[in-house]
Amino acid sequence: MKTTLVYDGTFEGFLSAVFQTYEEKHTNVSIEKKELAAATFFSEYSCVITDSEKANRVWKGLAQQCTAEGKNNIYKAFLSEIVGIENSLLHFIKRSLSEKRHIDKDFADSEILKIAKTVKMVQREKHRMDAFVRFRLTKDGLYFATVTPDFNVLPLNARHFKNRYADQKWLIYDLKRKYGIYYDLKEIKYVTLQVSEEIYKASQATYYFTEDEQAFQELWQNYFTSTNIASRKNMKLHLQHVPKRYWKYLSEKTPKLKN
Amino acid sequence: MNFERIKEKLNILADAAKYDVSCSSSGSKRANKNKGLGDSSGMGICHSYTEDGRCVSLLKILLTNHCIFDCAYCVTRKSNDIKRAAFKVQEVVDLTIAFYRRNYIEGLFLSSGIFKDADTTMERLIQVAKKLREEENFNGYIHLKSIPGASDELMREAGLYADRLSVNIEIPSETGLKLLAPDKKREDFIKPMQKVKDEIIQYKSEKKLIKNTPVYAPAGQSTQMIIGASGETDAEIMYTSAYFYKQFNMKRVYYSGYIPISYDTRLPSIGTEVPMLRENRLYQTDWLLRFYGFDIRELLNKEYPNLDSDIDPKLSWALRNLHLFPIDVNKADKTLLARIPGVGMKSVQKILHARRFRNLNWEHLKAIGIATNRSKYFIVCDSNKFETKDRTAAQIKSLILQQSTSKYKATYNHQLNLFSSIETPLAI
Ligand code: SF4
Repeated sequence: MKTTLVYDGTFEGFLSAVFQTYEEKHTNVSIEKKELAAATFFSEYSCVITDSEKANRVWKGLAQQCTAEGKNNIYKAFLSEIVGIENSLLHFIKRSLSEKRHIDKDFADSEILKIAKTVKMVQREKHRMDAFVRFRLTKDGLYFATVTPDFNVLPLNARHFKNRYADQKWLIYDLKRKYGIYYDLKEIKYVTLQVSEEIYKASQATYYFTEDEQAFQELWQNYFTSTNIASRKNMKLHLQHVPKRYWKYLSEKTPKLKN
Repeated sequence: MNFERIKEKLNILADAAKYDVSCSSSGSKRANKNKGLGDSSGMGICHSYTEDGRCVSLLKILLTNHCIFDCAYCVTRKSNDIKRAAFKVQEVVDLTIAFYRRNYIEGLFLSSGIFKDADTTMERLIQVAKKLREEENFNGYIHLKSIPGASDELMREAGLYADRLSVNIEIPSETGLKLLAPDKKREDFIKPMQKVKDEIIQYKSEKKLIKNTPVYAPAGQSTQMIIGASGETDAEIMYTSAYFYKQFNMKRVYYSGYIPISYDTRLPSIGTEVPMLRENRLYQTDWLLRFYGFDIRELLNKEYPNLDSDIDPKLSWALRNLHLFPIDVNKADKTLLARIPGVGMKSVQKILHARRFRNLNWEHLKAIGIATNRSKYFIVCDSNKFETKDRTAAQIKSLILQQSTSKYKATYNHQLNLFSSIETPLAI
């Protein structure tokens, strides 16, 4: 009979589940997130208790069997939140632990290829956030931005922004997953807060943001228009680079969206 | 900041700067220092894209569009009746910092019309960079234009603050230059280029001995040529390019399809289409030379002075050299794999990795992402299904053109649709 291990959705929880498959010697097993797992007649359910010690043991074991890149990729693919990725990762982990050579480049194994492709997509989304975050300066001196990434990538963005904006306070908030990363001039903190829906309304702009903020956005919009070469217009290529769902981030495109 | 005045200047001076296609912000190793602002140690980021699909990475502006010269192909030329403007040094500094802090840009690309003599202009550009580095503790990317004719001392100083320096040769041939930019001499471009090259070499050797040697132009230098303004063949353009790569260790040579901006009879008239497809073919060739191990003589020579427009240069080459194919993807070495049409360098890497575990067949190749509809005429793999027929080059070409529904046909009627922008490697 197939066993389904249900975990809490955290990375530690997932690694605890992996530990359990070894501990209980499951051969036919599926690891699923709590909110997604639906009961079927043909499987047995078991709830995984997240245990950081067990998670750590799996993680350390992998460190010996994988390249640093391979190990990072497990985490990155996990952040994709794609349904079923846990089982591809379990396959990856089992092969890594049982085979002598590194298996992360065995692209003819469809599960490994799937992970490699997922990692690519996650990295791409991470880079998009590096690029498309637009800070606005709030009245209390905080550079503030909101995002709704396709994947849960903010943990991957933290270092990039910390290195770059070492001398300003900033906060990037994921509206979809309801948490943000905040840099207080010393270190990064994970925070949750209530973000008002009014925040981007034009009428509220000077309530939240500095007076110059709007002017800088306009300057940037102007720059964007001036730097374009009309006779080279190529919307297809343009959309390939910036699919429409990302336009909401880009203040230089807001006037166009309204039309 | 007086936003209204700045806005007006920005519009004029960004518009005048846009014809320089370089917007790269990669290749520098400048990391954040002492918790200051900015970091350019990464790979460079496109923060936006213009509607023509070009990357917006830097604040690209002229310091001023006043110019004493009259180069026919340039909007800023003296005889052109346009609005002129000039930024103050501090204005450029403030604008750069404000944009950078909001994550709009990776840094500044500052060029200028030659408003007095070469040195005065160069000096002013340096002042901006120096202020950014020393007063603002800015570690973002700075690209400065080397002004033709600028003195060695100034070029030395410029490289201490800038990540990249560039001087555009614009016209690929000397005769073209004489015709279109009579005020300019080839030596004037070469001089700052040579100085920058020497300084970079010197920096690299000193750095080995003395660790805290001040960094000099860590992202190297680049140049640009205008395509289609002065009648050169593709071979002339690419041989010039190869010369500059080699002679001056250029990081990049950019090709910019001429955008008609003047009724001057020496130039293509207004309304002439921008040669974007040709430009793209030149970039593909450039890529083949730099990353795929091709020699220029294989791609362009007396017999073939121009690139094909209907197919990419690697496919053209393969069709002229059918005797070298088919290549066995499970055995061939890296350099040979790189020569298969439809297989880019990334795919080469994947093949090399994946075949260590098992021999690859068509399904594997497709799953990895190889364009088999093009490459299948040139390879064999772990399968007995392969193109057995002895086809001629013309037959293969017509089969490929028929099958690729959009990529080639769409471009053939001069509408460039599906190509990547110049900052990203092209799958060739
Ligand atoms: S010197 Fe430069 S700015 Fe002046 S006209 Fe010639 S190309 Fe244009």
